[in-house]
Amino acid sequence: SQQIQEDLNKQLFDNLVSFLRQSHSEFQEKTTAWTCRMKSREIPTAALLLGVNVTDHDLTFRSISEVLQNNVTPYIALLEAKDCPGIKNLMQKLMGQLMNCYIDVDSLEDEDYVQVSQTRIRCSMTSLISWYESVTKKTDSETPRKKRTSSSRHWQSPPVVVVFKDMESFTTKVLQDFIVISSQHIHKLPLVLIFGIATSPMIIHSLLPHSVSSLLCIELFQSLSSKEHLSTIIDKLLLTAQFPFKLGEKVLQVLINIFLYHDFSVQNFIKGFQLCIMEHFYSQPLSVLCCQLVDMKKRVNSLSHNQCENIRRLPSFRRYVENQASEKQIALLTTDSYVKEVTQKLLEDLHVYHENYVLVLRCLHVFTSSLPKYPMGKQIRELHCACLENQVWETEEYESSLQLARMLNKSDLVTMLQRCVEILVSSSGKEFDNTVEKLKEFLTQFQKLEAEAVQEQDGSLSSEKELQKKTDLYHLQKTLLELKESRRSKKLTKFEMLRFEVVAYIDSLVRNYLVPADHKTLHEIVYFNTASILREHLNAAPRIALHTALNNPYWYLKNQALKSDGGSICNKVPDICIVYKLHLECGRLINLVDWLEAFATVVMAAEGPNAAAASSDQVDDIIHARFIRAVSELELLGFIKPSKQKTDHVARLTWGGC
Amino acid sequence: MSRLEGEGGGGGLRVKFVPDEEVLKHIADDAGIKIRKDKTQLTLSVKTFVKKLENISDDDAQEILQEKKYVAALGICAQDAMGNGSSVSGGEVYSFQTPKRSRKMAELASELAQTPGQSVAPERSKCSEKTAKTPQSSSKVICFFFQCMFVWFLVWFFFFPRFFFFFFLLQNKKKEFVSTTPYRLRKRLAVPDPYLESESEYSASCSEEEDGEDQKEVSAVLSDQKTPAKTKAASTPPPRNNLAKKTKDKNMSNLVEEYFEAHSSSKVLTSDRTLQKLRKRRLDQQTLRDLLKKAPLAYAAEIKELNQQHESLFSKWMLQLHLGFNIVLYGLGSKRDLLEKFRTSMLQDCVHLVVNGYFPSITVRSVLNSITEEVLDHIGTFRSPLDQLEFIIKRFKEDSSLELYVLIHNLDSQMLRGERSQQILAQLSSLPSIYLIASIDHINAPLMWDQAKLSLYNWLWYETTTFSPYVEETSYENSLLVQQSGSLALSSITHVLRSLTLNARGIFRLLAQYQLENKDNPSYPGLSFQDFYQQCREAFLVNSDLTLRAQLTEFRDHKLIRIKRGSDGVEYLLIPVDVSTLTDFLEKEDEDV
Repeated sequence: SQQIQEDLNKQLFDNLVSFLRQSHSEFQEKTTAWTCRMKSREIPTAALLLGVNVTDHDLTFRSISEVLQNNVTPYIALLEAKDCPGIKNLMQKLMGQLMNCYIDVDSLEDEDYVQVSQTRIRCSMTSLISWYESVTKKTDSETPRKKRTSSSRHWQSPPVVVVFKDMESFTTKVLQDFIVISSQHIHKLPLVLIFGIATSPMIIHSLLPHSVSSLLCIELFQSLSSKEHLSTIIDKLLLTAQFPFKLGEKVLQVLINIFLYHDFSVQNFIKGFQLCIMEHFYSQPLSVLCCQLVDMKKRVNSLSHNQCENIRRLPSFRRYVENQASEKQIALLTTDSYVKEVTQKLLEDLHVYHENYVLVLRCLHVFTSSLPKYPMGKQIRELHCACLENQVWETEEYESSLQLARMLNKSDLVTMLQRCVEILVSSSGKEFDNTVEKLKEFLTQFQKLEAEAVQEQDGSLSSEKELQKKTDLYHLQKTLLELKESRRSKKLTKFEMLRFEVVAYIDSLVRNYLVPADHKTLHEIVYFNTASILREHLNAAPRIALHTALNNPYWYLKNQALKSDGGSICNKVPDICIVYKLHLECGRLINLVDWLEAFATVVMAAEGPNAAAASSDQVDDIIHARFIRAVSELELLGFIKPSKQKTDHVARLTWGGC
Repeated sequence: MSRLEGEGGGGGLRVKFVPDEEVLKHIADDAGIKIRKDKTQLTLSVKTFVKKLENISDDDAQEILQEKKYVAALGICAQDAMGNGSSVSGGEVYSFQTPKRSRKMAELASELAQTPGQSVAPERSKCSEKTAKTPQSSSKVICFFFQCMFVWFLVWFFFFPRFFFFFFLLQNKKKEFVSTTPYRLRKRLAVPDPYLESESEYSASCSEEEDGEDQKEVSAVLSDQKTPAKTKAASTPPPRNNLAKKTKDKNMSNLVEEYFEAHSSSKVLTSDRTLQKLRKRRLDQQTLRDLLKKAPLAYAAEIKELNQQHESLFSKWMLQLHLGFNIVLYGLGSKRDLLEKFRTSMLQDCVHLVVNGYFPSITVRSVLNSITEEVLDHIGTFRSPLDQLEFIIKRFKEDSSLELYVLIHNLDSQMLRGERSQQILAQLSSLPSIYLIASIDHINAPLMWDQAKLSLYNWLWYETTTFSPYVEETSYENSLLVQQSGSLALSSITHVLRSLTLNARGIFRLLAQYQLENKDNPSYPGLSFQDFYQQCREAFLVNSDLTLRAQLTEFRDHKLIRIKRGSDGVEYLLIPVDVSTLTDFLEKEDEDV
């Protein structure tokens, strides 16, 4: 199971990277084309809008620089704002990256260059230019001799690309200086800037004054929004039958919610997905069976007696057993080999179910995504969630969407049907041959209808001609009324009949194939459904945990003495809880003496009257010490801090202190 | 009530800042043309707008449904998580002080003391606390995130009525918060779709325009806040369900003003008693520890059980660490022992590094140094921590057989919580062959990580509430309160002075006595050098200006005195120790002599 997991992870990342690359290849072409028409004094600049999902940017930039390195130029420097607090650091970093880059390209004669970078030549634009000239000269002289493949792909004078990863966080001064300086050297040094922007293109103009931004020749590129990334990933991972592992409804909902409401980060989504996989394989003993169909047979046969018992204990399997005849029930409950046989069959069923499910889901999505107001949601993931949650045909949204579908016009309907046919044909299974046939039949019927409609139109034309004959108003009104009457009373046209049929057929498909997964036997093996674990580990709430522990220690320490009712506090709770409760009653400053006295009163009361009576110096000291410990623990937790405003006072740091 | 509050609290706390552009894009995806349609309604007056809202609500119903689904999902998850404490309702968790607070603490304490051995629930406190606390606390919860969101909602109000609608929804929620009477709540819970119902109520109450009533409401609310807790129970009218928006706004701005008022005035009403007046012996570190050892640890059995629960997770942690996650532990109580046990049971045969973050002089540099020197056997220094980090990263990437477990106690300690150190640690932890397991204690610890750092850290959160005392963590001088600092200063003074000549001690005594004589003068600048010289001469302690100066330099080097130059250019001498310590010192000196 470990291996499967690693495979999955790898595939995930491959998907992501390939996707990113695909989205940026177009962008690369543009840059190359447009750096050609570089003007003097103007630095070509690409502003790359990336959106707020900061965490994914790293991957994007890495793939950009990779692609650039392969196709355009070997000289790329990636700069981050945190490395460049001043123009000097920026230049140093830039030089360092470029020099290293150069050494990577032709490692033959790196000796003197290593020396150069080690001795830290004065970092200035002039030295950069001289370096650049020497480099280009060298490659120029080299290329005819060596005919290296890599350099032939680059141009004669490859541009130097400088990528600013996070433009917003650079200091304005540094950026301005850099742009002004480099614009003066642009004719000697073909420089290209790339700004990574998270917010909006307006930021360039707000960061840079006009005099500076006029030196730039900016072109804007928009990377795909992270929502689209997400849908492709969901498409490729969840909506295929190839992956044996599936997410349950709640888990998927949690993951999507974290994505939509928290960070828009595809990486975090993937992280959550990984966690799900891991949890599943860790906690579900039967997850051995969650594998490709090919390995499944072998693994089922090698199941031990205990594992068979585990299968018998699955609620869905129990339900299955109860529905069987009594002899079969006994066989299922006693013989392991029979259980194995049945399991194998059931798992195969499950697999087939998944295949069909995905196809029908896509078909349904074709229908629902074009309805007005999107009663079933616009994205396929919403549809998927709805289908996982319960029987989709019982929901109101489904009803309304069917009703809307009954009102579609013909051209839409035909295109939808065609798309459905495409989807179904693209699958390899034979299951849907009938369906395809049926759908095709519908299509031909529509075409027939069209032919008929042409004739009908002729008929209606003639009636219109009649209309034109009778020109007086009264008659016109009369005929119009008649027409209306007839239309109302007229039975459904053939087209409408057919439309009803189509919708009914789709409905039947849905009812057949989109049964929610937890109605299926043995779904526990492939579905991961404990959303609470996910939420706990990815979206933890440390503050709530702390407050709960302080307010209601009974939550953690199951001792009857700690049980309290609602808002009141109990005097047997641990010291820190008492101190915390008391400090809640105070304002912004807390007098330590009062605090100590209150604490002592509470503690003495808790220890009983006899202890209070014998309040020797010894006891007092211990209480004092306990108080000190509790207070310093509160300080460590960040509730209070020592204050200089008044002697022997501490300041309260949490809100509610006003 | 608890369910509703849980929902509201959960939903509310998850509000986050999203830049305009992103929001626009996001909505454009969902709503498309709708926005443009809605924009035309900008010119409508508020009143008609409210009516329109009902019409639009059809369109928006879906979005709202989504939000609701999310909120519901939160609720569900919270219920799922019943076992671990993450699902406690806001009111239970964040309780607030009662508005009337003079002598409140003492009152509470005496109340507690009156009923020994059981939880306190006398009639009086019950009614006063229940009725006074809850409404205020809930309105404060709301106010808290209203303060943050209000501006944004105003902006959105003009652009996206959808959001405004959501705003309304929140208000409805608030209303549900406010209504404390169980009857109303039960009714509310029974209503299948409270949002629809309350929405219509809203449009009704907004179009009513009963200013007089609004005013009354405001004054009622105001008087609520002013009247002391006990009378409040009687005077508070049952919170009305259809509080108009205006009232709420005013109410809110009142609270905001109150907040700033409370924080602007430097006067705080507390009693003037100080620890000195208790005449209690100050405890030093050693006696404190001894005393605490004598005090038995409460609920040892339960704590042990808790720990055992956490220990059962060890093997899972190992697996997760190896899969590229890092683990962070949170929750009340020292997690040091737990991590220590983890180390001894799981990491015996692996290379591991333990970082005691609570140690006051720990730096990232020392962490990095120990990695380079102890783990990588590299001798040599680095120009900056960043270089060092680069070196480490390079080494770990080159040699895939290298593995390192890093355990950090208190990742959120004073020394490590800085932005730069966190960045370095995050980069370190993102290496696939470095496994980080850390603990945090501070309530605001998660604030030190932004998105980028979080993704580098790749945390998995584990709640490990242990309730064990923070013995090690709080045992360092600077983490303790004033009680200890005095005693240490005293010992250092005596220590230094014992090594000096008799004359020098006399000089210091003179200065100390003079300072004590002036202890009641708050603007006492110190003893001027000339006066001091005069006094020293009279006591036959020095014979020249120069010897005194040499002596003073020695004092200053040991930080026994401070020399300040006044506005008239005269040097003033001051002993930077509080009065009590000085008195103690003089008493001790007298005993010695």
